[in-house]
Amino acid sequence: MAESALVPDIPSVYEPSLFGTYSKKIGMWLFLLSDSLTFGALLYAYSYGRISTPEWPTPFHSASIVNATIMTAFLLTSSLTMVLAVRAAADGNSKLQRLFLLATMACGVGFLILHAREWNNLISEGLTLSAFPAAPGHKAAGEFVDVAKNVPQFPATFFGLTGMHMLHVTLGVIYLGVIALRRKFIPVLLVCWLAAWLATPAYSPFHYGAHVLLVAAIACSIILWLKPKVYDSSDVEVAGLYWHFVDLVWMFIFPLVYLMSAKIL
Amino acid sequence: MDATQLAIEERVAEEQRHHKKALFFWVWGGLLVMTAIEVYLTYQNLAPKRMLTLLMGLSVIKAALIIGFFMHLRYEVSRMKWLTMCSVVGCLILMTIFFFPDAFRILSLGVR
Repeated sequence: MAESALVPDIPSVYEPSLFGTYSKKIGMWLFLLSDSLTFGALLYAYSYGRISTPEWPTPFHSASIVNATIMTAFLLTSSLTMVLAVRAAADGNSKLQRLFLLATMACGVGFLILHAREWNNLISEGLTLSAFPAAPGHKAAGEFVDVAKNVPQFPATFFGLTGMHMLHVTLGVIYLGVIALRRKFIPVLLVCWLAAWLATPAYSPFHYGAHVLLVAAIACSIILWLKPKVYDSSDVEVAGLYWHFVDLVWMFIFPLVYLMSAKIL
Repeated sequence: MDATQLAIEERVAEEQRHHKKALFFWVWGGLLVMTAIEVYLTYQNLAPKRMLTLLMGLSVIKAALIIGFFMHLRYEVSRMKWLTMCSVVGCLILMTIFFFPDAFRILSLGVR
């Protein structure tokens, strides 16, 4: 028997939301709160190492600071385009929404490219982790060989913290790609994976890191196949929350890691 | 999805239509200016403690602008604002209380 026939007088109206908003958004906020503690723990670990290690290195020259500043500008601009995408979605302007989402993704990709360049420079100068494959011919004469040997806390916390952030930005770009392009984004993701895998040398951590894109492509394919839908304004807003959070975390990483360890001559 | 959720989503979208675009540009400009100030301070060779205080002060202001305007927390109901912010700030304060005195203790004991 149908449920409505059993309880005919109960109207199909639920209790109003305790937090005055829809459940997807509350779910994302709860995820972001837990994620902020992950980044909080990593930032505290970095700060702990810095306080308790008197010979903490200051490896970031002017070029690194300029690079990190441009990265920050990319992220801040991406936040602006994201908020404009949310606004366009609320207005029901799907063309503008897609355009702003693609602009946000472009800024995110710009950030990732600059970040990867920074990592490659540091690794080629000898600042590396034992987990990374050895780069042939670089280590012996690198500027930071002694840093990696004498203060291993620095590369461990630096690569741990910035690597985790880089992973979040990568996943954020993929998330926005799925929202903006849906199934059309899967081949783009696969092409990016192949390009990143083939274009990086075997000793680069990005050679193996590129597989994140393959895993994401598989996961996105499954999600889009199981639950195909047209993403509405609430989905864009929830994706925007995630993206702004990634920007927010960088606002602490940039001064704590880069500016406080700058070597200005 | 149930009708209540759809109604709430529509109400939230309606509220967002009233947010002025110019405000977002002002916030973005403010964030860029504060970033420029941070970089300027780096080149001033200030004492580390002072530098850290200034940089963290600016970072907290930047974070508040991002959370308030870009993440729209400013426009949420006060219950949502208090619950989210108090829980995360509370946890970070607890981390500060437990981690930092220990880091200084290691330094004073001379353990490398």
